Amino acid sequence: MSETLHVPTVAELTAKGEKPDVLFWVGCAGSFDERAQKITKAFVKILNNVGIKYAILGTEESCTGDPAKRAGNEFLFQMQAMANIATLNAYEITKIVTTCPHCFNTIKNEYPSLGGTYEVIHHTQLLQELIDEGKLTFGADPFKGKKITYHDSCYLGRANGVYDAPRRILEAMDAELVEMKRCRKNGLCCGAGGAQMFKEAESGTKEINIERTQEAIATGARIISANCPFCTTMMGDGVKHANMEGQVEVLDLAELVAQAKDL
Amino acid sequence: MQYIEQILFVAILAVAIYFFTQKVKQIRRNILIGKDQIINDNKPARWMMMAKVALGQSKMVVRPVAGFFHILIYLGFVLINIEVLEILMDGIFGTHRVLSFMGPVYDAAIGFFEILAVLVLVSCLVFLGRRFVVHIPRFHSPEMKGWSTKDATYILVIEIVLMGALLKMNAVDQVLQSKGADHYVAAGSFPVSQYLVGFFQNYDISTLVVLERVFWWFHILGILFFLNYVPYSKHLHIFLAFPNTWYGRLQPAGQFANMPEITNEVNLMLDPSKADPNMPPPDKFGVSDVTDLSWKNLLDAYSCTECGRCTSSCPANITGKKLSPRKIMMDTRDRADELGKAKDVNGADYHDGKSLHDYISQEELLACTTCNACVEACPININPLEIIFGMRQFQTLEKSNMPGEWAMMNSNIENNQAPWQFSPSDRANWTHDIK
Repeated sequence: MSETLHVPTVAELTAKGEKPDVLFWVGCAGSFDERAQKITKAFVKILNNVGIKYAILGTEESCTGDPAKRAGNEFLFQMQAMANIATLNAYEITKIVTTCPHCFNTIKNEYPSLGGTYEVIHHTQLLQELIDEGKLTFGADPFKGKKITYHDSCYLGRANGVYDAPRRILEAMDAELVEMKRCRKNGLCCGAGGAQMFKEAESGTKEINIERTQEAIATGARIISANCPFCTTMMGDGVKHANMEGQVEVLDLAELVAQAKDL
Repeated sequence: MQYIEQILFVAILAVAIYFFTQKVKQIRRNILIGKDQIINDNKPARWMMMAKVALGQSKMVVRPVAGFFHILIYLGFVLINIEVLEILMDGIFGTHRVLSFMGPVYDAAIGFFEILAVLVLVSCLVFLGRRFVVHIPRFHSPEMKGWSTKDATYILVIEIVLMGALLKMNAVDQVLQSKGADHYVAAGSFPVSQYLVGFFQNYDISTLVVLERVFWWFHILGILFFLNYVPYSKHLHIFLAFPNTWYGRLQPAGQFANMPEITNEVNLMLDPSKADPNMPPPDKFGVSDVTDLSWKNLLDAYSCTECGRCTSSCPANITGKKLSPRKIMMDTRDRADELGKAKDVNGADYHDGKSLHDYISQEELLACTTCNACVEACPININPLEIIFGMRQFQTLEKSNMPGEWAMMNSNIENNQAPWQFSPSDRANWTHDIK
């Protein structure tokens, strides 16, 4: 494909008198962080390929307030939340998909009591649904026999109990899933949650992301799959620290799906 | 003589129950120092959670070795205590094995209790071994030094001694039964203590009666001592695990409560029509002391048995940071105890001016990634994260005490609508070049 893919905004659709079936909430990392932008782009390519009527808020999107809240600044969180809810409600948004489990958790669990109630799903859940419905299919076993390990993010896993959707996607792509010992409910944090992403860690004997990445590398997998832009960054740094760049890749499930479909 | 023994028994029982009740009342008061929180939604789910997690020990067995031996001790504790009912009746009425009229059922029960007693004894030895021979790291964290380790050891030793007394009591009883001693009806089956009979075979009946009485008294006094020791120890979990799981969280672990007093403030600024102008401004935001926690947080603290599964699964702790979720729970309990005692002396409205932040440092609070691993690991659904988070809110909102990077992040969110310093107008730039 050589022509540029157009990503519609809700404002645009509204001007045409239309509404998206689902709003893609991009999140700050997905919008600004270079590494995370790749995940965002992979995901819109998939949405486009499958033909889902989606849109983004574009410049009308704003931080959900999650890191402020987790850093203890409830005031700033609620300011952000109320502003976002006002925007979402003005566009009569009913369904939201997001590639960030932190945005996912906040909008799904913490917005309703502030007046913002939507159906919120994580992009791995949408991808799994599309696979189940036969709308997302893969040609000749893209990852057949390839060892892939999967890192449960805290805010998709323990926080919201989503463990199977991401694994089912790997299964559908014929990958050989090799689990780390600490997986699912016992998954180990990458070290970024609770606004840790935005500050230096307290002093200790080791960085959390290094501990986690070592565990992932020890599985023998050459691809570490993830579902969160922050985990992807943290684990990517862990791979660099282990001098395994070029040998081990950290990829979001959306990126793996896009790769498998050659998008 | 017999009446004297009965009167003595009733008197001791009354004293033991009195002191136990007084202590329970004190703990209840300490728990209710916390803020009121109504927890009574979705009762069927709550009963299920209690049945599964507390009664069914579903989270204990996640770690199979400890889980297995813990279930043995738990079953032993619950079932052997049925026999205590008989001991109480015998003590009050001066009877001996009053329930033996049940015949084969009784015999089977006594035999079963003996087997359980041995299993409990072995499990306690295994647990001592895990603490002092195998050196499992979570039993040797800094917060375990001193009383905590002693407390754990005392409990295990008391259990071993009690089970020993039970078996010896049965052994002597058998000899007395076989010698046709007055008052000692032939009852019970003794699959274990039959092997101890040899030690007592050669004594005459009067000596044996004294020995039997000694073991019997030792057993019941031990149990009454245990009853009164438990509320002073981490072992309260044997009672509190049940209410603690019943009142546990049902909402998703990732859902952090929104502070209503802040919602009102924000509404006053953004949309005054939604705000309640009569809501008094809060005297403080976040948690500075145990009085700012909910009673459920304090019930959590009193339920904690310091097993350390939370700490051993905490990413911060694993990587050598100061934070230990178990210490958070222990500090919370110690502070509630301290404030409770101060109130005992100075009246219910008294506050000693100290705070939970005197126990828990900012360094510990800042290390938390809010990952919920500690919450997941707790075998009885204790939630250290709510306490850590509430205290972090206090530091941020009341003291503006946070790392410079967080202050920067907050101002970025305020000014640029993102935690980094990017221009909001560039937010959709990624859309420009997708091929």
